[in-house]
Amino acid sequence: MRSSSSLPPGPWAVAIRALARDRASLVSVGVLALMVLASLMAPLYARYVSRTDPFLSNVAGQVQIDGRAVDIMQPNDNPLHLGLSPIGPTGRGAYLLGADSQGRDVAARLLYGGRNSLLIASAAALLCVVMAGVVGIVAGFFGGVVDAVLSRIMDIMWAVPVYLFAISLSIVMVSQGLTIGPFTITSDNLLIPIVIIAIVYVPYAARPIRGRVMALRNSEFVLAARGLGVPSARILLRDILPNVTGTIVVLAPLLTALALLTESALSFLSIGVQAPAASWGTIIQDGEGLIYTRPLVAVAPGLAIVIVVLALNVLGDGLRDALDVRETSRRGH
Amino acid sequence: MLMTILRRLGQTLFVLTGISVLVFGVFFATPGADPTARIAGRNASPQTMAQVRHEYGFDRPLPVQYATMMKKLFVTRDLTSYVDRGEKVVPEVFKAAPVTLSLVTGAAIIWVVVSITMGTLAAALRGSWVDRGLMMLGLIGISMPVFWVGQVANLLSQSRYHDTIVFRWVPALGYVPFTESPWGWFKALVLAWITLAILFIGLYSRVLRADLIAVSGEDFMRTARAKGLSPTRVLLRHGLRTSLVTFVSLFGMDFAQLVGGGALLTEVVFGLQGVGRLTYQALTNLDLPLIMATVMYSAVFVVIANALVDMVYIVLDPRVRDGRA
Amino acid sequence: MTGVEPILSVEGLSLAVPRGRTAMLPILENVSFSVGQGEILGIVGESGSGKSLTALTIMGLIDIPGARVTGSVRFRGRELVGLSQRAFRPLRGREIAMIFQDPMTAFTPVYTIGWQIDEQIRAHSRVSRAEARARTVRLLGDMGVPDPERAAGRYPHQLSGGLRQRAMIAMALSCNPSLLIADEPTTALDVTVQAQILELLRSLRRDYGSSVLLITHDMGVVAQTCDSTLVLYAGNLAERGPTEALFARPGHPYTAALLDSIPPLHGVRPSRLPSIGGAPPSPASRPPGCPFAPRCVHDHPACHDSRPPVVREGRQDVACVLPGEGRSLPLRLREAV
Repeated sequence: MRSSSSLPPGPWAVAIRALARDRASLVSVGVLALMVLASLMAPLYARYVSRTDPFLSNVAGQVQIDGRAVDIMQPNDNPLHLGLSPIGPTGRGAYLLGADSQGRDVAARLLYGGRNSLLIASAAALLCVVMAGVVGIVAGFFGGVVDAVLSRIMDIMWAVPVYLFAISLSIVMVSQGLTIGPFTITSDNLLIPIVIIAIVYVPYAARPIRGRVMALRNSEFVLAARGLGVPSARILLRDILPNVTGTIVVLAPLLTALALLTESALSFLSIGVQAPAASWGTIIQDGEGLIYTRPLVAVAPGLAIVIVVLALNVLGDGLRDALDVRETSRRGH
Repeated sequence: MLMTILRRLGQTLFVLTGISVLVFGVFFATPGADPTARIAGRNASPQTMAQVRHEYGFDRPLPVQYATMMKKLFVTRDLTSYVDRGEKVVPEVFKAAPVTLSLVTGAAIIWVVVSITMGTLAAALRGSWVDRGLMMLGLIGISMPVFWVGQVANLLSQSRYHDTIVFRWVPALGYVPFTESPWGWFKALVLAWITLAILFIGLYSRVLRADLIAVSGEDFMRTARAKGLSPTRVLLRHGLRTSLVTFVSLFGMDFAQLVGGGALLTEVVFGLQGVGRLTYQALTNLDLPLIMATVMYSAVFVVIANALVDMVYIVLDPRVRDGRA
Repeated sequence: MTGVEPILSVEGLSLAVPRGRTAMLPILENVSFSVGQGEILGIVGESGSGKSLTALTIMGLIDIPGARVTGSVRFRGRELVGLSQRAFRPLRGREIAMIFQDPMTAFTPVYTIGWQIDEQIRAHSRVSRAEARARTVRLLGDMGVPDPERAAGRYPHQLSGGLRQRAMIAMALSCNPSLLIADEPTTALDVTVQAQILELLRSLRRDYGSSVLLITHDMGVVAQTCDSTLVLYAGNLAERGPTEALFARPGHPYTAALLDSIPPLHGVRPSRLPSIGGAPPSPASRPPGCPFAPRCVHDHPACHDSRPPVVREGRQDVACVLPGEGRSLPLRLREAV
């Protein structure tokens, strides 16, 4: 038994302790940290290891292997040696994973792509949580007409398939950029995929937040506070907000995972990150044409996505168990 | 009961109107760009521009534009693609629908059967290594980008191992109509089915397991055991049957969204000319009328399918039937 | 219950559940009692005293991983402790049936009442659907459900609480069990419906010859219904004996305190009913001596060393040191019923 003099630990301390005991969550955090770190090292890798510019076409270039100069674009393996294929994995610093169809170093692009993918995914998840938080808390706390209107709008957004919705938004923004008053956002700005992904998943995130707020609003301690005449704003800040954070914290990694998958899909459809910038999705698209000759170009970024998304999902599961959040909504596709 | 159905119908109409306004807003009321140029396509001549402006009423107020658009989509169905030399877009959508339907239905059968098996097995063996293994598999399934899985499937079946006994039967990418050759239809689709199903298998088996475990703590499960029923019967007839209510409502949403174009990535990777791929092509050509049509029609599919699922829901759960819960 | 072999005889029943890696937490300790043919035995105690777990242990329905059951439960001469789940199944529902506190949640919501009773009948006897349904309808009618044919076709949520509990009892009786365990069958019901259900339970002995184990926290219910009474406190037996004797002259201070907290039916009502100070100890904090000692007005050093022995006191068995010290509790001045 704990000595009676010490206070029981707070819910957050309990949660962190539970999370620290969960081996799977710890491994996930480690993997994520490693991936972020590797992506941050991208410029160093390009300068000191691969020694190529991963954003410049290099089809006419050569690379030194065992003291010999080897063409980056090589004749195909077919009997007639028709056409050219980029060099395959070299197993050395330069072109470690081979080149893409424009002769660029895939390994270096993978690291640069990771920066964009991870940045977009986490920024979109953050923006989405903020928007969904506002919608969910307002709808759940005020109820009545406000809730009805917001919920119907969410229903409508939810009825459009996620990718079609994202495509509709991006075709408008990516094709011509966006001008709002004095600000012009060009079509290659990363803000565009971030905003699109964030908007698309607002209904997904707002629903459980609204549910939690409604449950809290009808809980005895809030009813008691109301009965005592505590003003709404104070109840919202002191009683509701701290208790919704659990739901939000659990949602965050799951949303990031979803956003990463969506970003890669949009980039794969060439309406996400715009060339010459890279993301894991655009590299998979670059690799599509090479899938039978140089499969690694598409397989490697896909594996990177799977690893990060898996780690985020495991972490989300661990957080849910640690924070004991029952209702997290389902996911889109 | 009649009131319930009428109320549901009213909601359906409301959501449909809402979606059309949303789609219209995204395409025509986004600040900073002229919709005329978007519809006419890149490098359109001034004559075409003028024609488009007149045809869609862009020189008139927004509500008129909205009405014109809806009329062209659903009443006269003469929405025309300017990029694609005057092709009428609505019939194109209807031509692509059977492909999408074939893809999604097959995948749905696979994912329902497999996920119910996996979820039930995991719940029955809760805490064992079978449970942990199945749930990890499910999580991996959820974590893979579907277009990437498709590419890897193609890589293995079309190239690397195409000459082995495992994949020798796999035909070249593309669709074979069922009416032409049922066996060919099956062979052309089966890998795409599995690819599309993987995500949902992961999703549904995890949801079902969690539901079954939550249900196993309910009083009625204890009653069922106290009645002397076998563990299998308690799990399937009482636990699973009760959990299916949630399962079906999830299924309805997802099935509808996929039929409505959500299977786009799978269609693109496997070269299936469905509604989703149509949208993708429209996207690469910046063919705005075609995109409008696919998005609008997909929304209609989604809403109708959701209404259908609600009806199934009413059959499955007697409490909903009486307007409770 | 004279001389005849009892239907159920429980000897030294203990239940412990794992706590942390290695420790075991005792929930029930050394509980003994027996139920004779046609007898109604009441088990009373506050919530957390182990009443419901006693019932679940007898039924073999404890599904806490790592739980350990020791002692002996003999049902018609057959040992149930250690019986495999497979061997238990034909007993459950057929020989020993159980009804639960909340009939709303105790029925599966997606099937009709009739379907669920049919299911139990068909699980234990080879009868056709039609025969099963005929028996279901007859049972529902016997339990006082009006228009039983129609009621059988209704879903649980469509019936009132009283009707649901009648249906629950009908289901429990559907295979003519020799022992019926009723876990707080009236707690979730209105007072008037409560009386009807208790009357129904009493009539079972006459019409079906069933023995009943009635679990309740309500001394009033016990007084009205039970032939004998078992008082549990913190997983330990406090007192056991014929209801009449136990109410007239409780041998355990806890029983006496429980009886004092029922409002009298006749005479002047006290302005304030006496209540027992404090709360029962949790399984983790039970003292080594008498578990009731911390709340007992007769608490003295002899109570603290070990669990008090069960001794004969009048017509009851009492787990208290007072009778052994020649300091029996006085006769109650007020008659309980």
